[in-house]
Amino acid sequence: MIRLEHVYKSYENGTQALNDLSITLEDGEFAFLVGPSGSGKSTIIKLITGEISCTEGEVIVNGYDMSRISRRRMPRHRRLLGVIFQDFRLIENKSVYENVALAMRIAGASGKEIKERVPYVLSLVGLEDMMHAMPRQLSGGEQQRVAIARALVNNPKVIIADEPTGNIDPELSADIMTLLTKINELGATVLVVTHEKDLVNQFAKRVIRIANGRLVSDGNGWYIA
Amino acid sequence: MSMNRIGYYLKEGICGVFDHGLMSFATVCMIVSTLLLMGGFSLLAVNINKIIADLESQNQVAAYVDENLSDEEAEALGGKLLEVGNVASVTFITREQAMESFLSQYEDNSLFEDIDASVFRNRFIVNLEDLGLMETTARNLADVPGIVKVSAHLEISRGFITVRGIVNAVSWAIVGLLLVVSMFIMSNTIKLTTFARRNEIAIIKMMGASNGFIRWPFTVEGMFMGLMGSCVAFMLLWALYTLLARKVAASALGFLKIIPFGGISLYVLGAFVGVGLAVGVFGSRVAIRSYLRV
Repeated sequence: MIRLEHVYKSYENGTQALNDLSITLEDGEFAFLVGPSGSGKSTIIKLITGEISCTEGEVIVNGYDMSRISRRRMPRHRRLLGVIFQDFRLIENKSVYENVALAMRIAGASGKEIKERVPYVLSLVGLEDMMHAMPRQLSGGEQQRVAIARALVNNPKVIIADEPTGNIDPELSADIMTLLTKINELGATVLVVTHEKDLVNQFAKRVIRIANGRLVSDGNGWYIA
Repeated sequence: MSMNRIGYYLKEGICGVFDHGLMSFATVCMIVSTLLLMGGFSLLAVNINKIIADLESQNQVAAYVDENLSDEEAEALGGKLLEVGNVASVTFITREQAMESFLSQYEDNSLFEDIDASVFRNRFIVNLEDLGLMETTARNLADVPGIVKVSAHLEISRGFITVRGIVNAVSWAIVGLLLVVSMFIMSNTIKLTTFARRNEIAIIKMMGASNGFIRWPFTVEGMFMGLMGSCVAFMLLWALYTLLARKVAASALGFLKIIPFGGISLYVLGAFVGVGLAVGVFGSRVAIRSYLRV
């Protein structure tokens, strides 16, 4: 579960990124977080992943209070999250297999578990034949699918996708989104940050709209900018 | 720590050296050059110390025996002299041997044809353990009944002690300084390699890696580079030292006894490996520290 309760966030340069924002995502929910550039979407992701902490309010993720979480607990918290980035963030000098396996190594999986699980997860995203390819040999859509496989491999409770279709062809965007909805159907809570109105409107899911760090609307249905 | 994880750290660390070949090469070169400088200077200091010690051992004390004692009584004093503290060995010189030694100093010794051995005293040549205690030892030797005079070159011994002290202080100060400088240079060189990999570190950190998980491959990489650097530096120093020792032996300085490399090679290798590993580990851990605060 993700809960943001009356959250304020101001940066050192004086920017007020979030202003009394409250959002709750129950376990197993799927939601789009939409809004224009500078609306505070990235700040919300950073608060959830623990890169920054809020100035005021409460951010609770999977039971961890993010303003009180210790440095020692942070890695454990992040292992319960699967984060997908717009720029994929794959490790360039590692193969597709190694990129996905790394997430399992970090979580402390055994060699046997890795050998069994990685090919299975890669087959879920349709990349079982490209296991030994290097990221630079893949298209943008394929690289994003590797990033999804990496996010999925440890069975995280929560998947955060930050503009997952921002760097790929529009025709592949729907495929990626369909994949994320399937992951949600398997039980994971999924939060997709995007500003692609058309894409959001193809899926009848919850849409949380923010602007200037404030909640504008929150409900199922269409994204009307 | 599981074997799977140890294997991963080793593989990542060693692959990291080759994946970032140019930076690794620069780091290894840095380790080699600093170790060569440190090693070269240390060997120079060790050799100077050895040469001074050799010269010191030639600085002996002469203890003259009362002429009223018979040759047998005089020789018997040797045991008492050996009981004096700081005495390493004593050699008995008879009156006749003393005269022969005296005459051998002159090419034309016809002037001393009529000289009789009885004008010389029986004596002992005394070698000391520590030249710094020469003055006290000479006094103690003079106190032995039957010894009438002790001759010791105190000024020369003081000179040796001063030179050895200066050489020791200067050489260890320079070696220490070079060690600090090499640590600093190493850490900066490794900082450059980690700077190029800061994105990779940030990604892994975001995936939930602990600081230890990120740090270990870099530590292994540092150790591996330190080990490579120390082995290369050792072989280069061996070759250079042997070459230089041969040149010295063939030159006008041939009388200087240079320590053979074979006799000290294990110490040099041990010191190089120790310093190389320490510099590699310390350098990599310092370099990565700032990138772990994500």
